[in-house]
Amino acid sequence: MDLTFTPEEEAFRDEVRTFLSQKLPARLSDKIRKSQHLTKAEMEEWHAILNARGWLANHWPVEWGGTGWSVMQRFIFETETALVHAPRVLPFGVSMIGPVLLKYGSEAQKRRWLPRILDGSDWWCQGYSEPGAGSDLASLKTSAVRDGDHYVVNGQKTWTTLAQYANMMFCLVRTSTEGKRQEGISFLLIDMATPGIEVRPIKLLSGDHEVNEVFFTDVRVPVENLVGEENKGWTYAKYLLTYERTNIAGVGASMAAFGELKDIARTQRRNGRPLSEDPQFAARLARLEIELENMKTTNLRVLVAAGAVAAPTAESSMLKIRGTEIRQTIDDLMRRAAGTHARPWIPESFEGGWNGEPVGPEWAGPVSTHYFNDRKLSIFGGSNEVQREIITKAILEL
Amino acid sequence: MDFSLGEDRQMLADSLRRFLADKVPFSVRKTAAFEGAGWSRDIWGQLAELGAIGALFDEGVGGFGGSPFDVAVVFGEIGRGLLTGPWLAALQAGQVLGAAGRTDDLAALIDGTAVITYAEEEADTWFDPAAITTRATAQGDRWVLDGAKTVVAYAGSADRLLVVARADAGLSTFLVERDAPGMTVRDYLLVDGGSAGDVTFAATPATLVGEPGHAGPVIEAARALGLVALAWEAVAVMDALRDQTLDYLRTRKQFGIPIGKFQALQHRMATMALEIEQARSAAINAADRYIGTRVERERAASAAKATIGKAGSLAAEEAIQMHGGIGMTWELAMSHYAKRLVMIGHELGDEDHHLARYIELGHELEQAEA
Repeated sequence: MDLTFTPEEEAFRDEVRTFLSQKLPARLSDKIRKSQHLTKAEMEEWHAILNARGWLANHWPVEWGGTGWSVMQRFIFETETALVHAPRVLPFGVSMIGPVLLKYGSEAQKRRWLPRILDGSDWWCQGYSEPGAGSDLASLKTSAVRDGDHYVVNGQKTWTTLAQYANMMFCLVRTSTEGKRQEGISFLLIDMATPGIEVRPIKLLSGDHEVNEVFFTDVRVPVENLVGEENKGWTYAKYLLTYERTNIAGVGASMAAFGELKDIARTQRRNGRPLSEDPQFAARLARLEIELENMKTTNLRVLVAAGAVAAPTAESSMLKIRGTEIRQTIDDLMRRAAGTHARPWIPESFEGGWNGEPVGPEWAGPVSTHYFNDRKLSIFGGSNEVQREIITKAILEL
Repeated sequence: MDFSLGEDRQMLADSLRRFLADKVPFSVRKTAAFEGAGWSRDIWGQLAELGAIGALFDEGVGGFGGSPFDVAVVFGEIGRGLLTGPWLAALQAGQVLGAAGRTDDLAALIDGTAVITYAEEEADTWFDPAAITTRATAQGDRWVLDGAKTVVAYAGSADRLLVVARADAGLSTFLVERDAPGMTVRDYLLVDGGSAGDVTFAATPATLVGEPGHAGPVIEAARALGLVALAWEAVAVMDALRDQTLDYLRTRKQFGIPIGKFQALQHRMATMALEIEQARSAAINAADRYIGTRVERERAASAAKATIGKAGSLAAEEAIQMHGGIGMTWELAMSHYAKRLVMIGHELGDEDHHLARYIELGHELEQAEA
């Protein structure tokens, strides 16, 4: 038993910290800290900063611009960046389509698309969910019919995160209705500028515009944009969902948010004393902190057990369930801490450069919006119920 | 980073496991734990020969282990085998003896010749040593005790008692012979097997262990190690409950199919498995932080006890519920694991006690940092 980092890992952590202190613009971390929206340009700016250091696609093979980091190094990097409120690296290019192309793409596809992910030429979005295909993804209906050198795509995708900024989509389409549902799905790369594509925003309950509906009407996609083999797309789609899950519990981000919550509990007063000394609130806070401390160790145990490969699916499911529950509990306590000041809604305050007067303490402004927005955590990426199904089959073997 | 126990500890675990499966299988345990004093001194002696007691103590005081992870291994196997006996009491008493340099007494405990139990709790202390009222009075160079202790592990069958009492100088520790004058013991069985007793002292002669008034930090550290032990025991019991319940879900059929095919039960099992992994992490953390500052050590110990309290009652209740009627029977090993797990919750402070203590220690930490 040894729960310490090696000297090499300590040195690596110092290197990451030094990098962050020198290269992370306060402009960006301030916005993250205040729960303000990053613009497209700001998200691209952070990607470019990481790419300049060679750390953007850190889990890719070295020959394609990765770093060769161990899972522990990746965990350290993810934790340290979250602790200083760095923007998150968008997963769609680096962690989703990148690994799929690396494993299943043709040489030509890798050479064409991978460098463009690194240099920011392409912004990818994920075309998986459909109105009738959520947790039951294999029931998807968007069709692709071969016509000469093209596939003709018709149908609809939904919950497409940041499609409003994307110029490319990796998309699951149905190319066959025979046999098992999973065996008629193909994996296509679609240029969002192709005629026949329409992106419509979905306004979330928090007021945020993060996700979209995407409609396809006779959209012509060149056959060279098929990844792997026709009707084998389900295999690639599943691979994507199990890859690169070292950070699925979001421990770093939860540690940062919990630190803020503790600061708030020390300063916010209720009934003439700090919230941290209110018995009910203190008990909620303590339960949360214990759960988070346990989670950190659980996460490390999974990483160490996984060794050099990505974390195995079923343990990832445990991390996903409890990690998202912890994050949602933090949001919940933030909202409770704000009391009556959880209620005012000033949408302009979520944009950079807002100089208005907050109602109540400044930190209280976004707490409710954040709380409602983060309900998504237990729904997306395989709902927590789907994760329990995975645990049932893969760990419990029921 | 390495989460394996290492080869030596694994060997110790394997030998204890084989021994217990052979000598105290459940068919023996289910009656032996509820007869007489509910434990076997003969088994105790054989386990002492196997090194199970020595593993709890540092080489510096005559043991051959003493790391919190050694303690973890021994108590993990105690949990897996549902073994009764004064293990926790011996751990705490031995820590106090070792800290006071009483290596002769400790040697007799380690080689199994003397069973020394540990008497701290009183009817009104509720796990807080500050509330201890048992008096220790100096009479020349001798000491006598007056007062009462409750639910003292195996009080009726131990050879000696390590007693925490209040002297003029403050909390102090004493050794009392089982046949000392002025001492009464009322013995009883425990819900989960084994026995304990209420003990009264009236001008009972006692031998001072350590310096008068200096026991506070020593018994606190001994209790923290006891919490590490209980956390690992509880996790082993939970593992057994999970495996037994999974077996049952795979084989029991209703409506024509194994009940493990029903989603309502599958998701509950998944949650139980997740809680057990979180409890295992808490047990690892408690052992790891034992070699830290006092506040780190105590916070991790309380966090672990609060965690196993929560996860333990969930695992016990769910295991019984998912077994249905058969889960209610004495015949089934599972029901005894469930009883042990819930009763661990009542040893050395329950979930609420340790949650409150965790909060209190957090304030201390903040004041120290400020």
